[in-house]
Amino acid sequence: MARYIGYKKPKNTKKTILRLLHYMGAHRILLLLVIFLTAVGSLANIIGTYLLRPVINNYILPGDVPGLIRMVLLMALMYLAGVLATWGYNQLMVKMSQKVVSEIRHDLFVHTQTLPLSYFDAHTHGELMSRFTGDVDTITEALNGSFTLLIQSSIIIVGTIIMLLVLNWRLSLIVFFFMALMFLFIQFNSRRSRKYFREQQRCLGSIEGFTEEMVTGQKVEKVFNHEKQNYEEFCRRNEALRKASTKALTYSGMMIPTIVSLSYFNYAVSACVGGLFALASLIDLGTLSAYLVYVRQTAMPMNQFTQQMNFLLAALSGAERIFEMMDVPPEIDEGTITLCHATEEADGTVRESEVPCGSFAWKRPEPDGSFTLIPLKGDVRFHDVSFGYVPGKKILDGINLYAKPGQKIAFVGSTGAGKTTIINLINRFYEIDSGTITYDGLDIRDIKKDDLRRSLSLVIQDTHLFTGTIADNIRYGKLDATDEEVRKAAMIAGADSFIRRLPHGYDTVLHSDGSNLSQGQRQLLAIARAAVSDPPVLILDEATSSVDTGTERLIERGMDSLMEGRTVFVIAHRLSTVRNAKAILVLEHGEIMERGSHEELLEQKGRYYKLYTGQFELE
Amino acid sequence: MLRRLFSYIKPYKKHTILAVCCIILECVFELVIPVIMADIIDVGVATGNRAVIFQRGALMVVCAVIALFLGMGSARYSAICGQGLGAELRKAEYQKLQSFSFSNIDHFRTSSLVTRLTSDITTIQNSVATGLRPGCRAPIMMLTSIAMSFIMNWKLALVFCVAAPVLGVMLFLIVKNVRPLYARMQGSIDLLNRIIQENLTAVRVVKSYVRGDYETNKFNEANSELRTTSETAFGLAALNMPAMQLVMYTTILFILWIGGNLIFVKEMQVGQLTGFLSYVLQVLNSLMMISNVFLMLTRSLASCARITEILDEKIDITEEHAEDLKVEKGSVTFDHVYFKYRPEAEEYVLSDISLSIEAGQTVGILGGTGSAKSTLVQLIPRLYDITSGTLCIDGHPVDHYPLVPLRDAVAMVLQKNTLFSGTILDNLRWGKEDATEEEIREACRIACADEFIDRLPEGYHTELGQGGVNISGGQKQRLCIARALLKHPKILILDDSTSAVDTATEASIREGLAGYLKGCTKIIIAQRVTSVMHADQIVILEHGRIQATGTHESLLAGNSFYQELYHSQQEGVGL
Repeated sequence: MARYIGYKKPKNTKKTILRLLHYMGAHRILLLLVIFLTAVGSLANIIGTYLLRPVINNYILPGDVPGLIRMVLLMALMYLAGVLATWGYNQLMVKMSQKVVSEIRHDLFVHTQTLPLSYFDAHTHGELMSRFTGDVDTITEALNGSFTLLIQSSIIIVGTIIMLLVLNWRLSLIVFFFMALMFLFIQFNSRRSRKYFREQQRCLGSIEGFTEEMVTGQKVEKVFNHEKQNYEEFCRRNEALRKASTKALTYSGMMIPTIVSLSYFNYAVSACVGGLFALASLIDLGTLSAYLVYVRQTAMPMNQFTQQMNFLLAALSGAERIFEMMDVPPEIDEGTITLCHATEEADGTVRESEVPCGSFAWKRPEPDGSFTLIPLKGDVRFHDVSFGYVPGKKILDGINLYAKPGQKIAFVGSTGAGKTTIINLINRFYEIDSGTITYDGLDIRDIKKDDLRRSLSLVIQDTHLFTGTIADNIRYGKLDATDEEVRKAAMIAGADSFIRRLPHGYDTVLHSDGSNLSQGQRQLLAIARAAVSDPPVLILDEATSSVDTGTERLIERGMDSLMEGRTVFVIAHRLSTVRNAKAILVLEHGEIMERGSHEELLEQKGRYYKLYTGQFELE
Repeated sequence: MLRRLFSYIKPYKKHTILAVCCIILECVFELVIPVIMADIIDVGVATGNRAVIFQRGALMVVCAVIALFLGMGSARYSAICGQGLGAELRKAEYQKLQSFSFSNIDHFRTSSLVTRLTSDITTIQNSVATGLRPGCRAPIMMLTSIAMSFIMNWKLALVFCVAAPVLGVMLFLIVKNVRPLYARMQGSIDLLNRIIQENLTAVRVVKSYVRGDYETNKFNEANSELRTTSETAFGLAALNMPAMQLVMYTTILFILWIGGNLIFVKEMQVGQLTGFLSYVLQVLNSLMMISNVFLMLTRSLASCARITEILDEKIDITEEHAEDLKVEKGSVTFDHVYFKYRPEAEEYVLSDISLSIEAGQTVGILGGTGSAKSTLVQLIPRLYDITSGTLCIDGHPVDHYPLVPLRDAVAMVLQKNTLFSGTILDNLRWGKEDATEEEIREACRIACADEFIDRLPEGYHTELGQGGVNISGGQKQRLCIARALLKHPKILILDDSTSAVDTATEASIREGLAGYLKGCTKIIIAQRVTSVMHADQIVILEHGRIQATGTHESLLAGNSFYQELYHSQQEGVGL
């Protein structure tokens, strides 16, 4: 029921229409055909009704049988054309609207893929989803129905007005007066009901928020026996929603009866005034009766026109929101250095390899058109890096850090200290404000984003899995991985044993984000996914935090072999997991407070010491 | 299914009847007014009788005013009953939702529960509010028109004994075939939305594995599938317009032809023919409306199904064994308790737990992550039901207590702290609705929450965001403890609830608790040995089994796990 959502007026109608037309592509010409067919269909209808009277008066009354046959055949032809036209434009519009919306959906999705993470942070999933669902739906509905109905009703309105003017222009002033009245009422009423539709949306949102909060906190609700109070609160919000939506639908439901009644008034007044006119010989009775037939016809097309116009406007503002999202600039990616398979020979020369050989090199294009190969080692350095998600609010300030190839670097610190942020900067999820980050001596801004990310593997706090089999999910790390490789990766992560115990093993289908697995099992799969991609640099954000102790040991063992010769960044809550790191960085308020090994830091008796002995809140 | 959902309209029965009455009366006027209109032309204008014109005109104005009020009434009452139905359904669904156990919730996921409570119901209530009018009008219009036309001329009326069934069959065929197509289309829409949704939530995964193209291919496949199915579905649904026109036009032509011939043989008046034609149009139009109502209902059937799924979900924690019992002292005994989350799961989460806690004792539980410590304590207030064995409080099995007094007697601070949007005071009052300021301050003092609350600019009236995002983890934990204390429980369970609090504060909370809740049984789950070393009894859990029980001294003397844990945590301090 997308049609009942209170919409905002589109801001730049012309531009939006042009862009929509652009989506019709070659079908744009067909649009003319649709307009033509709609006109034919409507005219067949109007003329058909119009002809009834002459047929009765001129052929049936005088008893002209051959004439009647001729007229009936003529009308049959016209009606047939009308039916065919209606069939034609309906089918054409269905095809066209589906083409347009499927292309819009496609472009929007492709564009979504290129958007920077900051965009996703600033908008809720629900908001972005509604671009794909609600907004696209209004376009479909407008193209499927409103467009042709709009043409149809305009033709009828214009035709009726012309007939009225021809028959008696003075009398038609009454009709115009009532038409204006209807128009004003429609405007007034849609504005009034729109207000309540918006109120309805707001109430609906408040119910959504409340329900979500209570479902997530249900254990607390039960422990505190708070069901009754919550139910009362829910009923209060529910009642507010009921009131708002009752008002909204009452007002929008009044539209048709009011317009119909106004048209009755119109008819009655026209008839009476027409009677007076006839008395004054300003109109003859035959014309008056014909005139009144047309007066009868004014209400419905008028009503239809405004209603469809509202739907069309709603669709345009939906389209505008979609186009706005499409106009959001994509991630900056001006890098030219790419990643390639390469072998390093004994004398130190690096040679590009056509086939995967386990080692990689950066391929830097030189001004003279040649390429320089720099072996990928995994040496990451931050030089005076400052960064904030929003301008003016620094999260990281002047960070300097280095990770030499093969080193394991652990980050420790309280929530909001900037641990996750540092990790997000390495793979350029966000752009730094100042300073530089280098990777094997290359500024990461000079490396093509896709290649940069391909060289890093990330296991993050919230594991996200996709609908599909377990094998598919592991294979996400390397699309062409063989079954053997998938098994091996699962074994490294320690996931193999639980997977084999599932009824369908590796072919078990996961539903909605892996809800049929435990949190620990999901973590293991995410680790296996990283393992199969076999990256030179590994980034782990609390990857082992919800795995039980036994499994945790399994992972640690697997990780050790995975970490061989790789640079690893770890964020961990639990200090035991960072103890064997090469270097531990203690972060506080976006600054590195301490750096050193576990033993060194304990000896310093600083922040790490306090964290470790529990004298300081760690979250 | 539809009938069952519509039974929720009961509280709005009066309004529904009024709505139907308004619609029916409105129909009557709509049938009467055209007669007056025709009179104006045929009698008034044709004979030039102005008195008739004015008189009928005035009558028409009166009728129009009445019709206007009826129309407004029908709009109002159908809105009331449609939205009322929606509100009742939401209430029923929410109430059902509250009785859900966690495996029930697991079955649906939060996001889908919310959709079922909002957009699915909106679909239904709008189809009632907008479908009621055409749904009532169309059959009446159709029947009256058919009756009128038979009265007028039964021979001619036979024409639509052919026409109406033909159109009826055509529309029925369209609706019947469109129905499965809509279902398929809905399937494609769901698939597409799932892909988009997964991409939005897992955007970091997609980006870090550089799988944009892969996802786009997946999307394209679903997108073109949706395009094809909706083209077929909408294409078929769009046939009802030309089908209707075809039958309508053919009927007009036949009536014109047959009617003309009847007039030739003087079996019929000319005026009747025109009147007859308008009835024909009325009948066919009504059929069209009926088919539209059916199409609309078809589309809302999916929503109905999703709502009934919630209403029909079997609740697994019930009060069927409840007797009139109250927790008096607070002793807890586990006797060979086994537990698993799902009956079909292979392994038990908790196995062979036997444990006896006397009233007023303090018990500490230690164990690694995944050793099922939290699960163990959640069995006590029946957040989950045990699979086998017996779990008694004061000698009575827990399922013999009604849920409300049972949970009133057990206060639990969960590992995952949940605070709700509202002020700090609102959140604390969850513990005791009518708590005095004195009581609240006292509880906060014990939980060491007063110091930071007093430092907040708005103190107890500080607004917390959803989930309490604007205070730190340690502060949240202290608030949750204070909230639990306000319940004055017989059994207090702290599930790792001081993990983010520094050791000094933790110690003072512990001391405060000892004095504040005398005689209350306390069960404390912790990571740090220091949190539980003063307990009367310490339980060590490993892989869902009790590995050892004892006091600090006895365990330190004889349990290697405890020794290791104690020393590794002391080592830093010792350095």
